[in-house]
Amino acid sequence: MASMLDLAKSPAASADPMVPRVVRVTRRRGDAPEIVTLEIDIDGGFTFTPGQFNMLTAFGVGEVAISISGDPVNRGTLVHTIRDVGPVSGALTRLRPGESLGLRGPFGVGWPMAEAAGRDVVIVAGGLGLAPLRPSIYRVLAERDRYGKVAILYGTRSPGDILFHRELETWRRRLDATVEVTVDHGNQDWHGHVGVVTKLVQRADFDPASAIAMVCGPEVMMRFGAAALHEAGMPDEAIYLSMERNMKCAVGFCGHCQFGPVFVCKDGPVFTHDRLRHILALKEI
Amino acid sequence: MSDSAQAPQSAYIDVNGLQQLLDALRRRGFRTVGPRLRDQAIVYDDIESIEDLPRGWTDDQEAGRYRLLRRDDEALFGYAVGPHSWKKFLHPPVQKLWKSERKDDEVRVIPEPIADERLAFIGMRACELRAIAIQDKVLTEGVNKDPHYAARRKGAFFVAVNCGKAGGTCFCVSMNAGPKAESGFDLSLTELIDKRGHGFLIEAGSDDGREVLSELPNRAASESEREAAEAVVAKTASSMGREMKSDDLHDLLLRNLEHPRWDAVAERCLTCSNCTMVCPTCFCTSVEETSDLTGDETSRSRRWDSCFTIDYSYLHGGSVRSSTKSRYRQWITHKLATWIDQFGSSGCVGCGRCIAWCPVGIDITEEVRAIRDSETK
Amino acid sequence: MEGLERIVREHKFFAGLDEEYVKLVTGCAKNVRFEAGEYLFREGGPADQFYLLREGRVALEISAPGRSAISFLTVDEGEVCGVSWLIPPYRWSYDGRAIGLVRALSIDALCLRNKCEADHHFGYEMMKRVMPVVIQRLHATRLQVLDVYGVDA
Repeated sequence: MASMLDLAKSPAASADPMVPRVVRVTRRRGDAPEIVTLEIDIDGGFTFTPGQFNMLTAFGVGEVAISISGDPVNRGTLVHTIRDVGPVSGALTRLRPGESLGLRGPFGVGWPMAEAAGRDVVIVAGGLGLAPLRPSIYRVLAERDRYGKVAILYGTRSPGDILFHRELETWRRRLDATVEVTVDHGNQDWHGHVGVVTKLVQRADFDPASAIAMVCGPEVMMRFGAAALHEAGMPDEAIYLSMERNMKCAVGFCGHCQFGPVFVCKDGPVFTHDRLRHILALKEI
Repeated sequence: MSDSAQAPQSAYIDVNGLQQLLDALRRRGFRTVGPRLRDQAIVYDDIESIEDLPRGWTDDQEAGRYRLLRRDDEALFGYAVGPHSWKKFLHPPVQKLWKSERKDDEVRVIPEPIADERLAFIGMRACELRAIAIQDKVLTEGVNKDPHYAARRKGAFFVAVNCGKAGGTCFCVSMNAGPKAESGFDLSLTELIDKRGHGFLIEAGSDDGREVLSELPNRAASESEREAAEAVVAKTASSMGREMKSDDLHDLLLRNLEHPRWDAVAERCLTCSNCTMVCPTCFCTSVEETSDLTGDETSRSRRWDSCFTIDYSYLHGGSVRSSTKSRYRQWITHKLATWIDQFGSSGCVGCGRCIAWCPVGIDITEEVRAIRDSETK
Repeated sequence: MEGLERIVREHKFFAGLDEEYVKLVTGCAKNVRFEAGEYLFREGGPADQFYLLREGRVALEISAPGRSAISFLTVDEGEVCGVSWLIPPYRWSYDGRAIGLVRALSIDALCLRNKCEADHHFGYEMMKRVMPVVIQRLHATRLQVLDVYGVDA
């Protein structure tokens, strides 16, 4: 019989999808107030598709769902951008390099990278929503020829809250993609847009009849963002959102993440707007 | 009626034969559990002898009411279902998942071993067999499988009983889930008790069942015994305590998500979550992390949870479903409507437990009827 | 004048406007330019004109003591800058600062208000164009007020 040590270290830790494997933080970086990015080098690599998430355990505290925010091509390192909003996420943001955490995943249906081939891609991110979209941005920009026009539209609270500031600058400097950033309120040093991200949608250059949109951010922002894209002429089947709900298992057993008929953990978290439109605007579904 | 290779052979055993069935199962190493009387209810627990069964008892169930009454005979299974369902054994209220140990900066995770126990359920009702099939779908037939449930389920031996009495809140007929156990059992019993005697029509539903049956003193059932058994089932089927038209529930409920009836039922519902605890198909769980003072040893367990609790849908500082109305609506629309989208069948088997065990007597069949009737008016 | 008329006719804001009204507006219009950092208008000042941006970006700002100015909206080329000219007391509610070079059409508010009074059809054409801007800004402001990116969003 395999020793317990072997079981704990093997990539498929156990036949039980609820049992995590143990990994260590390799690097830690503070990104913005209360937001930390953890990088985890993984022996044997880690494969995921943009838009998927993992369940991360802070031993002794609990487990929480966190989107994968790294480059899918870089299989040796797993990247998670985490905001401190509670005991578990807070404990994860306080982990230092070398410290251990539990990992289960990857889970979920990700962004429609294959469907986007040959089409204009509009990425609409709000706040921390840029993190689950970053792997998709990496993929699109790395395989730039596969896609039409690319517009990256990002809205957040204030200039100090801009996530991945340096990368946004790098992407903006490319001639083959448009990057527009807007904030809810700006200061004297801010020369960019001030206003809602939906306004950026109205001004973006894409063919609404054939484009594909990937939207992620607070649910209110996604609702209005999807409405703006639809008003600009995009069909609801071409607008993709990443939903979030309470998750205790990520494998469709605990029931917590249900949203109408779907389990956000296994039917999502990425959904087309036409699939969810009828319940998105309903209260308390 | 001619015997075909498919049709189960009906045999007859007497009451002593039932005791021998228990003994045969125990000899094989099964833990035998079945109905017994405790705390003024008929619950499922360990049984060794037929004397442990609630001989001569029946139940009187209505919305918000459950009482035990003496029968005027000595029937061993003369009642409907109580507050327990077999999920307390297959999908236990608390299940440890793993533990972690930290030593010298190295953390190891040790999965909880799969339980080695083989369970034999004595006296399962048709609705309960259906409920288990429904939970099988959720926990073992998707992309992911729950290994603890799967192991308990695989090793289990099912002895069904065809109900001799419909409960006051039963509506298995409406849900096509009873009262006759059609499949999914190893052995099936129909209790025959009259002036001629007291025994059971017994049928095998599997090879394991046939093997065990062959060890019991039995004889072929007579024509009149087979007819008597059919009559028992027919009488039960025609005396259901409730009915619920169920072929249109998906669309009916999902097009009425803002119906004022939800507000009305919310005035009564206490969100006590009794209904989810007694429901044989409810499967929701939550996880709990425990730790010693140093954090060197931690463990995680899974425990039953209910969509009625306020933090079930907690997200970003608040709950998605904070009102009672939204939580009641979630439970009933999941059970009767979106379950079909998710798993291909209704989540309800018509056992009526939620009606009996609701402290304020909310009746799922009445709520559905009110919404349907409001459309035709 | 001819060049100005063409600029008016081609600006997004006046799309679909009858020729005679284009001439009417041109009579109230002039070309203006602001350098980076220059204020187009200041809070409390007379809202005697409004601007149709042709190039560049304007930040609408509010100042408070002890804090540097907070910008709550930027207006870009093709858009309208200034709605306070529509209602008494015809005073600017905020500061408007040019971020980078700004070229704009400045429309004399008093001139335009008089022409709207004299010709109600023309007045309606103006209102039809201004109202959507006001309503969109209202919707946007509500979203901004919700602070959806806040921690407890």
